[in-house]
Amino acid sequence: MNVASVPVHDSGQVVDRAHIRDGAPHILNAVRASVAAIPDPELPMVSIADLGILRDVRVDADGQAIVEITPTYSGCPAVDAIRDDIVRVLDAEGVSGRVDVVLSPAWTTDWISDSGRQALADAGIAPPAPRGTRVSLGLGIRCPRCGSMHTRELSHFGSTACKALWVCERCHEPFDRFKELV
Amino acid sequence: MTRAIHPVSTAVGEIADERTAAYALGLGDDSLILAQRLGEWIAHAPELEEDVALGNIGLDLLGHARGFLTYAGSAWGQDEDDLAYFRDEQEFRSRWLFEQPNGDFAHTIARQLFAAAYLVALYERLQASVDPTLAAIAAKAAKEVAYHLDHATQWTLRLGDGTEESHERMQAGLVAMWPYVDELFSDDPAATAAPDGVAVDPASLRQAFDAAVLPVIEEATLEVPTVPAARARGRFGVHSPPLGHLLPEMQVLARRHPGAVW
Repeated sequence: MNVASVPVHDSGQVVDRAHIRDGAPHILNAVRASVAAIPDPELPMVSIADLGILRDVRVDADGQAIVEITPTYSGCPAVDAIRDDIVRVLDAEGVSGRVDVVLSPAWTTDWISDSGRQALADAGIAPPAPRGTRVSLGLGIRCPRCGSMHTRELSHFGSTACKALWVCERCHEPFDRFKELV
Repeated sequence: MTRAIHPVSTAVGEIADERTAAYALGLGDDSLILAQRLGEWIAHAPELEEDVALGNIGLDLLGHARGFLTYAGSAWGQDEDDLAYFRDEQEFRSRWLFEQPNGDFAHTIARQLFAAAYLVALYERLQASVDPTLAAIAAKAAKEVAYHLDHATQWTLRLGDGTEESHERMQAGLVAMWPYVDELFSDDPAATAAPDGVAVDPASLRQAFDAAVLPVIEEATLEVPTVPAARARGRFGVHSPPLGHLLPEMQVLARRHPGAVW
């Protein structure tokens, strides 16, 4: 039993198409690129690869594509939509495959790429603190609209499980903040 | 909070042995029932932010329940929906605290304080389970219930050390939920019967619970209730009357339209 990869749910959705053969790595690369580009359904400015939701795309001994994804939060309803999107992409690529949802090791905001962080900020969502920094909840967050550090938390919980609701005291605009989860 | 009903999936995840499954079932039921209770607040909370907060907390708990129930069901050829929607009251193993009615907002916050403090202690230890699936669910859940405890702590302090009325109602909430605290740390036959190193001994969590809860009650200028414990035996399939009202609402759609999808 592989502790690093514990499937907890499986979609059971299998695309019944041609298998990826060992001699066709370019197909795997194409599948990998297409899957990686799938936008997150709730944060469509960021791809599932940039969010760190996409764990792995590989081929098993039977020539089936295995796509591993991980939820940001345990109850995140976007996981079901993402799984469906991946199945559609595999179908479009003409390969058979399976989507596994794995929980371990648990996702952290450190897995969000630099380009993902920039895309969040550009969309008015304050990204989590840079990797490696461990900030306390009391530390100031920069307003994604006017850049002021004079901001405060309105609520720990926001429009999705992964965000908190903040407000800027200078421009008075409320904004979403992607919560650090480490 | 009714989730989307999925087509029956073929489980290729890890298969639980029956004794581990019985233990996972109780943990899943606790979270499932509390998630359903919190869902009742949506559109009824005192402020919009709390609609969102209680809904999000319920969603986290539902996620934990799905993990535990999917794993438990793997031992019996059942999926999460079979277990959530097609068991009757005496087949549920949830402890009584989780099934208690919402009451007013202070009652709910008291229930959240006790529930979150217990779950934080539980998942802290369950991460070290020799069962990799339980350890993985716990490692994920531990981060989330820490947020829930923080939420409940902040509200307990604000209400307890607030106005005269908020103080009285928060104290009444603590008194209403206190009888169900002892059961959290009482005998769980499934934990006892689970293979070595799989389950957490409930009694071992009391110290961490007290360390989290008692200082909050004191700082909030409230008093630790002295009401006697209820004769609660949720882990044995014996439940308080409120569960009998909760289940029909949670299960009616799936039972009226088996296999329905949306």
